Order: sequence, then structure tokens, then C-alpha cells
Amino acid sequence: MSEVRNEIKYLSSHEWARVEADGTVTVGISDHAQDSLGDVVYVEVPEVGSQVNAGEEAGVVESVKAASDIFSPLTGEVVAVNEALEDEPETVNSSPYDDGWFFKVKPADVSELDAALDADAYREVCEDA
Amino acid sequence: MTEELKTPLYDLHVELGAKMVPFAGYSMPVQYPLGIKGEHLHCRDQVGLFDVSHMGQLIIRGANVASALEKLIPVDLEALKPNQQTYAVLTNESGGILDDLIICKWDEETFFLVVNAACKEQDIAHLQSHLKDFEFEILEDQALLAMQGLKAAALMQELAPQACELTFMNGCHSEIDGMPVYITRSGYTGEDGFEISVANAQAEKLARLLLSYKQVEAIGLGARDSLRLEAGLCLYGHDMNTETSPIEASLIWSISKTRRAGGEKEAGFLGSARVLNDIAEGVSRKRVGFLVEGRVPVREGAGIFDADGNQVGEVTSGGFGPSINAPVAMGYVPASLAKADTKLIARVRNKDIPITVAKTPFVPQRYFRG
Repeated sequence: MSEVRNEIKYLSSHEWARVEADGTVTVGISDHAQDSLGDVVYVEVPEVGSQVNAGEEAGVVESVKAASDIFSPLTGEVVAVNEALEDEPETVNSSPYDDGWFFKVKPADVSELDAALDADAYREVCEDA
Repeated sequence: MTEELKTPLYDLHVELGAKMVPFAGYSMPVQYPLGIKGEHLHCRDQVGLFDVSHMGQLIIRGANVASALEKLIPVDLEALKPNQQTYAVLTNESGGILDDLIICKWDEETFFLVVNAACKEQDIAHLQSHLKDFEFEILEDQALLAMQGLKAAALMQELAPQACELTFMNGCHSEIDGMPVYITRSGYTGEDGFEISVANAQAEKLARLLLSYKQVEAIGLGARDSLRLEAGLCLYGHDMNTETSPIEASLIWSISKTRRAGGEKEAGFLGSARVLNDIAEGVSRKRVGFLVEGRVPVREGAGIFDADGNQVGEVTSGGFGPSINAPVAMGYVPASLAKADTKLIARVRNKDIPITVAKTPFVPQRYFRG
């Protein structure tokens, strides 16, 4: 059974968003997503300084099997990307909620995340999948 | 929606934790908990067990069956020795490829064929329409297991030592733990290995016996695809189809010399005019392999462009090659751009990815040739 963490928000397309102490929001893909994708071999993240929009494409994750788009859970400016994924994309498989994060956003309006799924709602999405 | 067919190993796949997907009308394991990359690497280094029971197995019998089959298959079937088999294409009247297959001569009057799952009904209809006087036995009660990898022969030594004396593309009737089997030294991974035809009723027992050895892991369709791609082997319906001539597909090696111009059994097969013309005049496009710069997998459908930005071709198979730890692809380009080391561009999500025409296989073949 895939891990669903309680303290973070999710999209039904399997991205997660975590509000950090400094007000930025970290984005990644869920344990369920990494498990469905299989071995991740390449991650394309947005550029630092670029704008991402809620519900819009912000990157791509490629597994041995297929390519999947990554959607941003919120609108804002990208302030950091996980450069370690360039050399070790498999970190997304081994640590989807920690070392395998994708990018950090300075949100335009953090309340956008209120519309995202909480852990219980996301668990239901995974069970139906 | 028609219900998916199941191979005799379906319950075992589910028990092993496989992710089942629809494939050629069957529910098949795409991967097991080990994952595609792990399965791929395990198969190269140890032993991989594949369920290929969805493929079509059939026997065609009758006096002079070899020469009758030669009208459909551009191979010198009469020259095969008993229990010797060969890779071949089934051509259509316009010299395109209806399917690729393995054909094994059991004896002068008996041939055993293994054809692609997605093509089997159409292949059988095609063969029967041209071979009306011959007896067909469709082996629906036979399963097919492939055991591939560096340590496959050492394991076979314990199961059916007779099969270890076979060289690549030869077969024998044998027994494993009392189960009658037909074993060939062949496969589609680039590794040494065996394909084992066994009765459906005994397939699960045989698979469990093989899996009881610690060096054996079950391998799904995902790794089967990455293994064959690294080995530079074509996938029917992707890397060639009814429009493609075997010469365009770089499968000239599958056409016996005696069936080419100047050979003693020149032409005389469906579509031979185009195929022999393609050999003589050359082809305008050709299937080649590509090495990819960077890490972005270049997949089927990606356009191929020259330095001036003109589209010159398309990728027909591509993905990530776990053994070479880099993306690999194959596709068609004009003959003028088909030389090894030619630099081209593949377009992925509107980004230009540098690719280089490369010799295949991408990994050394380890077939046992004696």
C-alpha cells in the first residue's frame, strides 16, 4: 500500500504540495504516482524564476515505461528546483516526499491549496485507481 | 468490449504481484514488484523467465511442405537441418511484412512456427489460404516460456542437460521433471537462452519449478521491450508493418542468399519483385538505431530532423536502456543519413535532442554459437 502523508495536500493527478516554514511551497509526486510510473529515468522541472500556474503543466517525469506531465498545484514563481534529480532521478522512487521533491514555489496566493485534496480524499483517489 | 484472454500462467502472475495490462487481446504482466529496470538488469546478469504463451504456435505438415512455405517466406527452408530454426518475415504481395516469426524444421514434412500474438489469426488465415493441401495443427493447448540470461544455460544443465548441447537457433524434444517439452536455444533479448513449449496443463508447474531457483526472476512485457530494444531487435507493428519491405527494415540478413538475385532459388516468394529490387537498387529509407545525448528518452512517434530543421524521419521504438544506462531508439531515416555516426535531431516536447545513428545491437549479443 502506498504511503499518503497527512500533513500535505494533493492533486488527483498525483502531485503533492507542502507549505514550508518560510512560506514557500514544495511540489513533488506521491508515493502512489512513483509506484505506478515505475523506475524514473528523467525529470524535467521548470526553470528557477519562471512562473507556474495552478492546474497547468510544470514539468515532465519519464519512467522506463512512459512520460507523464507534472501539474503545478498552485500559481507562483519557481524559487528552487531539485538539481540532484538530474543525476539521480531514481530518488523520486526511493524518497517521493523528501529527497525526491521537484520544485519550490513562492505562491501568489497560498489559499489556492484549500481546493486541493487532503490526505483522506487523496487516499480515496488512490483506492479507486 | 471482448474479454481479455488469459495465458495458463495468469493466476501465477497475479500471485507474484504483477501489474496486468491488456496486450494483443491478452491480459499480460507488464512488470512485477522488482520493476522494469530491475527485471531488465536481472535478466542480463542472471536468468529471466518470460511468459510468451500469448504467441501463436502451430505446426504445418505435408509432403514437400518446405518448398510450399518458401513461396511465402524468403528463406531456404529446405536447407535447414532437422530441429534447426530461423528468424523470418512473412511477406505480402507488395513485399511488405505481414509478420515476423520463428520457423523450425522438425523434419522434412513438419515445420513448427511461432508467430506474434497480435498477428496470429491473420497469419494462420494467410498461411492456410496459400497452403490448402497441408495439415495445420494450431497448438492452442501449448504454453511457451522463455528462459533468458547469462546464467540460463547453467540452469538448463540441471533441468534438461541435452538442451545445453544445442547451439543458437536449434531445438530438441526433451523432458523437464517428467514434463514433455520442446526446447529451442533462442529468444528475443540478445542473451543466451531457451524457449520452452510445454502443455498448458503443465505450464504453471514448470514456471514454479524455474522460479524455485534463486537466480530466476519473472520478467514482464516492460523489460521484454527494453531488452529487445537494446539488442536492436524489431517489434512488429512498431518497427515494421505491411508497408515496410524487409530491406527497409534492415532485415536483409533474414533473407537466405539462395533466395536473392543469382541464388539457385532466386525470388519465388510473395512480393519478391519489390524485395529483390530493393536489394539491387537500394532503398530510400532505412531502419537504424540511435544513441541519444543526455537522459531524455526519445520514444515512438518522435520526429527526426536534419541540421537544417527538415523532418527526415520518425522514431519507431525508443525508451530507456537500463543496461547501457541511457536512452536508446530506432527509427527510419533516408538512406543518405543512415550511416553510423550521422548526427541528427529528435524532437521531444518541442525540444531538440541530439541523436547519433549507431550500429545495433547496443549491447553485445551473447548467443551461444558453439
